[in-house]
Amino acid sequence: MSATPATHTTSTKSAERRLIDCRDAYSKTLEAMAEQDARVCAVVNDSVSSTKLKNFKSRFPNRFVNVGIAEQNMVGVGAGLANGGMVPYVCGASCFLTARAMEQVKVDLGYSKSNVKLCGMSSGMAYGELGPTHHSIEDMAWTRVIPNLTVVVPADPLETAAAMRYSLEHVGPMFLRISRMPVPEVHGGNYQFELGKAVVLHEGDDVTLMANGVMVSRALEAAESLASKGIFARVLNMSSMKPMDVDAVLHAARTTRGIVTAEEAFAAGGLGGAVAEILAVRHPVPMRILGVPDVFAPTGSAEFLLEHFGLTARRIEEAVLDLLGVKK
Amino acid sequence: MAGRATLLYILIAMIRTIAYLCNEWGKPMEAANRETGRGSSKSASWLQEQANIIRLSAMTMTNHSGLGHTGGDLSASDILATLYLGDVLRVNPMEPMWPQRDRFIMSKGHCSGAFYSVLAAKGYFPKELLATFMDPLSRLNGHPDRNKLPGVEANTGPLGHGLPIGVGAALAARMRGESWRIFVLTGDGELQEGSNWEAAMTAQHYNLDNLIVIVDRNRIQQGDFTEKTIRMDPVAPKWAAFGFAVEEVDGHDHAALLDVFSRVPIAPGKPTCIIANTIKGKGISFAENEPAWHHGVPTKEHLALAARELVIEVGE
Repeated sequence: MSATPATHTTSTKSAERRLIDCRDAYSKTLEAMAEQDARVCAVVNDSVSSTKLKNFKSRFPNRFVNVGIAEQNMVGVGAGLANGGMVPYVCGASCFLTARAMEQVKVDLGYSKSNVKLCGMSSGMAYGELGPTHHSIEDMAWTRVIPNLTVVVPADPLETAAAMRYSLEHVGPMFLRISRMPVPEVHGGNYQFELGKAVVLHEGDDVTLMANGVMVSRALEAAESLASKGIFARVLNMSSMKPMDVDAVLHAARTTRGIVTAEEAFAAGGLGGAVAEILAVRHPVPMRILGVPDVFAPTGSAEFLLEHFGLTARRIEEAVLDLLGVKK
Repeated sequence: MAGRATLLYILIAMIRTIAYLCNEWGKPMEAANRETGRGSSKSASWLQEQANIIRLSAMTMTNHSGLGHTGGDLSASDILATLYLGDVLRVNPMEPMWPQRDRFIMSKGHCSGAFYSVLAAKGYFPKELLATFMDPLSRLNGHPDRNKLPGVEANTGPLGHGLPIGVGAALAARMRGESWRIFVLTGDGELQEGSNWEAAMTAQHYNLDNLIVIVDRNRIQQGDFTEKTIRMDPVAPKWAAFGFAVEEVDGHDHAALLDVFSRVPIAPGKPTCIIANTIKGKGISFAENEPAWHHGVPTKEHLALAARELVIEVGE
């Protein structure tokens, strides 16, 4: 396909990669930060085990607040803790943390510029069979339109830890979307998180794949498969949802033939939408937006649902072939 | 043309009122300092005067903006005057972000007219700023914004936000081992928001006796009397059942307010709830206990009448 040789990872296939739950990286990092900084505290809504904070609770009992099953209060309490000079990490299942407390997120955090970090756990469709009540796939559309709220979707444990450490330096409200679906490491050991920067994980100039969270490793897999067909895809980890790396998006539009986005969220209002908003005005190019369509998910495991909604390496690859007009 | 003349008249009247208020505020401070009230160096009669000045100021601001919440401004004026001008709150307007300050959270943020007026009276910003209430690009938004105005601790307006924030601040003081206190003023209709009761449960569980909730029990919400809208009585036992030490007080009696504020926490180990029984529209005959005045906008005639009733000489 491409005349330009492109470097790409020739590492092991994903099936052979070790899969890790990002929550461990998040909770270990939070403990390490609490050890170093007396301002760090945690707020939960009963979910001590699903937020993996049992250890934190026993190590820092005076900086651990469990408000019970009360998300509006939980986010407000976070704002109050910040007012009192603490740096609260407000942790809960992403579906409840965002939907149940949306007005508090908007007013008490975004509008107020409170220095509160929201950790939306088990985001996306990680809760699989529990059903749409427990899926958090609206959260991208909801959080990214709130002024002052920074939104980060880490792709692997390394990035989760790096984003957590960054969040303590960042002054202002942040939403960290943390999955419980085991994922492979996609970054090298010396990876540094930089807010507002897309991370190039795979070079290529035929097409650009943009993904975040659990979809990043799938985009990489698609790129590897495409490379074997002579199609070289650039893969960008768009973990920094907001602020978004506008330059990287425009550069991709100018230097490749089109963009395929993939996210474990409603296609409306998420990563694909954010990229399209930039490109429609500044540099329109062919796009394919892979995400969940305008339906509630049927019953099934997280893996089943990703497959069901075409959020797989194979379907990303098909979208690329379709975009480039290549017969399958 | 007649419309323009009226506008001009209103403008002149407004400027006069504000000029008067700016001049009058704080003037009797020295006299008041000599005449002490319970638990404060300020006398109840001086606080009454200050509260009435706040009332007229809030009404003048609402007349200016054409929007506002007169009824609630008037019911809360005595509470606000006592807290700030009665020196209940340990705050320093010269250093609004002093880390050891008491936090006052105006959960009934729609009553910004009275709130801004008392902040100005306390010296957080020049009183002249009050004349810009809700003007384009004014720092005095319809509901308070802590990033625009010193002295504002929380952005409120949507109801049921203040108490959870207060609980968080109380927890922060506890974690830091500091002795500052948190006062939250809520409306009574506001208590229909469930977030208050979520926060109340947290406050009692963590024994937050550095938290004081004041309920402005004026018995009227936007649409009607609270008891006709959604029955709330009895209010005090609800708070008691949620683990608060509760005391009822006449929310227009400055001496009684000073007294109860001087005794907080009223039970060690428990958060305090002070139910201030008030009259919506207090002090103004046409607005008192009148649901329509929840967000009624006073005309210049109303202002003149109000000034007379509040015994404030505005001049010609």
